[in-house]
Amino acid sequence: MAEVTLANVSKAFGATQAVDGISMTIPDGGFVVLLGPTGAGKTTTLRLISGLEKLDQGQITIGGHAVDGLTPAQRDVAMVFQQYSLYPHLSVRDNLAFPLRSPILKTPEDEIARKVSQIAEILQIPHKLDNKATELSGGEMQRVSIGRALVRDPSIYLMDEPLSSLDAKLRADLRVELKRIQADLGSTLLYVTHDQVEAMTMATHVGVLQDGKLVQYGTPRQIYEDPNSIYVASRLGLPRINILPSGLFGGSHKGPQIGLRPENITEGDGAEARVIRAEHLGDQTRLHVDLQGHAVTTLAQDGRDYTPDMTLKISPKDPLYFDAGGDRIQ
Amino acid sequence: MSAHSITEPSSRAKWVAGSLVILYALITMVPLAWIMMTGFKTPPDSISYPPKVIFEPSLEGYVNLFTTRTRVTPDALEALPPPATWYDEIVRERNMVIAGPSKFGERFLNSVIIGFGSTFLSVFLGTLAAYAFSRFKIPLADDLLFFILSTRMMPPIAVAIPIFLMYRNLGLSDTHLGMILLYTAVNISLAVWLLKGFIDEIPREYEEAALIDGYTRFQAFYKVVLPQAATGIASTAIFCLIFAWNEYAFSVLLTSATAQTAPPFIPTIIGVGGLDWPAVAAGATIFLLPVMIFTILLRKHLLRGITFGAVRK
Repeated sequence: MAEVTLANVSKAFGATQAVDGISMTIPDGGFVVLLGPTGAGKTTTLRLISGLEKLDQGQITIGGHAVDGLTPAQRDVAMVFQQYSLYPHLSVRDNLAFPLRSPILKTPEDEIARKVSQIAEILQIPHKLDNKATELSGGEMQRVSIGRALVRDPSIYLMDEPLSSLDAKLRADLRVELKRIQADLGSTLLYVTHDQVEAMTMATHVGVLQDGKLVQYGTPRQIYEDPNSIYVASRLGLPRINILPSGLFGGSHKGPQIGLRPENITEGDGAEARVIRAEHLGDQTRLHVDLQGHAVTTLAQDGRDYTPDMTLKISPKDPLYFDAGGDRIQ
Repeated sequence: MSAHSITEPSSRAKWVAGSLVILYALITMVPLAWIMMTGFKTPPDSISYPPKVIFEPSLEGYVNLFTTRTRVTPDALEALPPPATWYDEIVRERNMVIAGPSKFGERFLNSVIIGFGSTFLSVFLGTLAAYAFSRFKIPLADDLLFFILSTRMMPPIAVAIPIFLMYRNLGLSDTHLGMILLYTAVNISLAVWLLKGFIDEIPREYEEAALIDGYTRFQAFYKVVLPQAATGIASTAIFCLIFAWNEYAFSVLLTSATAQTAPPFIPTIIGVGGLDWPAVAAGATIFLLPVMIFTILLRKHLLRGITFGAVRK
């Protein structure tokens, strides 16, 4: 395991600036999650660290050593791809053993057998080991491809939405399992996801990317509670943060726009809003209301019945202020 | 009662389709069967009219194919010791004795060396070139590919005279190497284009995964790309072999004593001692076998090769 640093890393594909001057440190033993919409540069960042893409500018170090010019094999990284990752001509067992048999690791066969069966247990696929890789379901394939990274003990694991193709239950199981493995082994992980639960529960650090730039880097809690722009605030939180003109509520404000997470809206007094509908999710009830033409999502109070067109009063609690361009005003 | 999917043909439709395919196969196999039968006829049976479908099989054609014979007078034949082998016996019935082996064995071996040699070389070079075209940014790649294809736009025999002169100067005339290089040059464009299509279909992600898993680019090519390109390599090899195996014109022009292949040799049998059709048919039958065996061995791959591109996995 090792610390990985990126210093002013840039990469363009033709006219598209995929990654634009990213600097960050992935601490040894850290679990860093990259968030951002499609095209924000998350996957490119992973590929630059792995050595599959060449840097245009900047420097990457792994364990204190600059890795420019090193091949992916020499960098000692393991990567889980989003798709197409299993060798279709090999069995599951041989897929898992493939990295261990590489000329760099040259693991003895008895140790390969031990590691492969250990990983197969963790990923709940021991009965599939002798199947051809192409005979697996999508979820099983993805588990094998995670397993192919986990059999190794690399400087850093790079994972590109590894759980996105799995069903909800398996995703939850593997999320816990991955976090446990990472914590047990003290592994360093850089993880790309769209899933906020994965980001909040597994990450030690979250980096938010926008158009190839790293716009905020901090703990999941900092990103959630102290975002530095509307863009960052919108990455985390489900239902999403409500962005409203601050004039909707009385009193003086620090900026023209106000960001309110659903749990930061209190019912009782304040501006008048009309109920559109209530969604019962079991553990919580989401309330969609109309506030002078603006759609607002909040959480319903326990034990109260809401009917459409009912009127209630809401007020902000600890709001976040943003300027007209969407930047945070502290 | 079994449930039928809507896209599954009914058993009746399958039966009709199957019968049509078998009927077509039978029709196309008639000439082939006739050649094989003729190989086992005696020369009189082979030219009898009406043609004989039922006949007494004889190995005379095969004996004549592999030997040269001289005619002797009946008296001289009487004076000889009794025939030592079954083929001596067959020959003596026609008042002849075996003078020695024919050139067929040698010519056939030449065909094997040149045919398989050029097939191997075409597929080997073709795979490397196709991989490079498929994976690397090569300046003017499209133009280069068009140039490679353009080598096949005119019939190879159109350049026969320049090649003849060039080969004479280079000392490649009537050599195995010369013929292997020539057939490779003709086949390489087909090999590059076919294989590029197959390699394009193999997602790069596999190689990237192998690079990350600790392998070099070449090892990734060898361990991950090649096994998946096996289908394409097999069908390309069959196409290359069929061309090199059947090629006639260049072989007539450029080879004589040393490197002549079987195709120009077989018709020469006709000139020796009358129209010996059974020997010609025997030669054709033996000549067919290697390509047939090669194709049968690789038939699963060939089928995939022919329908290649029709269905995306």
